[in-house]
Amino acid sequence: MHNTKLDLIDQKLQDLSDDGIDRRGFLKCMAWAGTGLVWTMSGGIPISRAFAKTSDRNAGKGADFTFVQISDSHIGFNKPANPDVTATLQTAINKINAMPQKPDFIIHTGDLSQLSKPSEFDTLDQLVKGASAKQVYFVPGEHDMLTDNGEQYLQRYGKGTKGTGWYSFDHKGVHFVGLVNVANLKAGGMGSLGHEQLEWFEDDLKGRSSSTPIVLFAHIPLWTIYPEWGWGTDDSEQALSYVKRFGSVTVLNGHIHQIMQKVEGKVSFHTAMSTAFPQPAPGSAPSAGPMKVPADQLQRVLGITDVNYLVSGRSLAVVDAPLGESDPTSPGSGGSTGGK
Amino acid sequence: MQGKFWFSDLTTSGIIAIVLLIAGSTTVTASDQPSAANAVVKIDNFVFGPQTLTVPVGTTVTWTNKDDIPHTTVSTDGIFKSKVMDPDEEFSYKFTKSGTYSYYCSVHPKMTGKIVVQ
Repeated sequence: MHNTKLDLIDQKLQDLSDDGIDRRGFLKCMAWAGTGLVWTMSGGIPISRAFAKTSDRNAGKGADFTFVQISDSHIGFNKPANPDVTATLQTAINKINAMPQKPDFIIHTGDLSQLSKPSEFDTLDQLVKGASAKQVYFVPGEHDMLTDNGEQYLQRYGKGTKGTGWYSFDHKGVHFVGLVNVANLKAGGMGSLGHEQLEWFEDDLKGRSSSTPIVLFAHIPLWTIYPEWGWGTDDSEQALSYVKRFGSVTVLNGHIHQIMQKVEGKVSFHTAMSTAFPQPAPGSAPSAGPMKVPADQLQRVLGITDVNYLVSGRSLAVVDAPLGESDPTSPGSGGSTGGK
Repeated sequence: MQGKFWFSDLTTSGIIAIVLLIAGSTTVTASDQPSAANAVVKIDNFVFGPQTLTVPVGTTVTWTNKDDIPHTTVSTDGIFKSKVMDPDEEFSYKFTKSGTYSYYCSVHPKMTGKIVVQ
C-alpha cells in the first residue's frame, strides 16, 4: 500500500526541477515518518527542497509573514483510530505556539466537528482560543454541515461570508479565497462549488493584477486525487480556469487526512494532515475509513502545515510538521503515545 | 306472478351484494399481511449493502451504520431522509408504494443505493 501512494506522489511531482535530493527516499520519509517538505516558488517556477528537521526553528525566519493551516479536527470522534482528538488538537495548538515566528493567522480547512454538535464546536473554539495567532479563518467540511444545512456553522464561523460560507480577504499583498465545496452534494458526485459560488469567485478575481499571489483554500481537494472515494471537486476545473492568468497560485485543502502535493504550471496543490486521525492512501484500503495505527505512531501521521510567505522574493514555502516530530520543547513528542 | 318475480330478483341481488362485501374485506386483510416484513441494508466500508434491494410493498427497510464514520440515507427524490447515523445507529422507512427508490449518503455522495418495491 505504501508503494501505491509513493508512485502517485512520484507521478505528481515528476515535473519538479531537480535539486539533487533523493526525492523518492525523501518522500518516503515525509509520508510515513512525517518529516516536512518545503517548496518555494520563485518567479512562478516551483522548486522543492528537502526540509531537515533541525532547520525547523529557522523555517519562518526572513519570511514576510507566516500562517498555519490546520485541518480535520473532527472534535467528537472517539473511535479506536484516535479516542482523544481533543488532546491531539491541543498538541497541534502547542506546536503552533512554539513556532519561532508567530503566525499572522490560522486557516482551518474544515471538519472542525464530527457531527456538527454545538458542544463539539464549543470545544474547538475553546482550544483554538489558546493559539498564539488570534485570527482564524474557517471553511466548512461536510461534517460541519450535517444536521441543519450548515446553519449553525454559518452562525458561528460565517459572519460576513457569502452563500454557504465563502469569502476572500487580502493580507500583506496576498489574496486569499475561502471556498465551500461540501454543500448541496449530489448523489454519485464528488465535492461541488456550484454555479453561484463560481460566479462570485470569477467576479472576486476581476481587476486584480496577475502578479498578485493567490491562495485558495477549501475542504475537499480542488484537484481530483481519487474519484472512487470522492476525493475531488466536480467543478474545480472551472474554478481553476479563473486563476490561470495569475503568476502564483497555491491551493490548500484537507479532507483526505494525509499530505499530497501536485504542481501544475503555476498552481501548487497541497493537502494537509488531520489533527485527529489518518486515512489510507488512495485505493490502498477497501474504503476511506479512519486508519488505525499503533498508538506510538499516531502523532507521526497527524500534524499542522505552516506556510511562510516571502512576498518580496515572490516565494512561498509550505512546511508540514507532524505532531510527533522530535522537539525538545514539546514533552511527549518524538515517538511517545498519543498524548493521553 | 310479476310481483313475486320481482321480489325474488331483489333477494338474489341482495345476496350477491353481501357476498361481494365479504370478498372485498377478505382481500384487504390478505394484502395487509406482508406489511410486517422487514429488510436490512448494512452500511459498511462506505458501501450500502446490498446496493440494490428488492422488497414487496409494505416492507420496512432498516439501514444500519457499521462504519466508524457518520453516514446518511437520503432519497434522491426527497421521499425520505435520515438523520445523521453515527456508528451503529439506524434509520427505518416503510415503503407503501411500488417503484424504484434511489438514495445516497449526503455526506459521502459517491455512496448510492436503490430499493426496488414490487
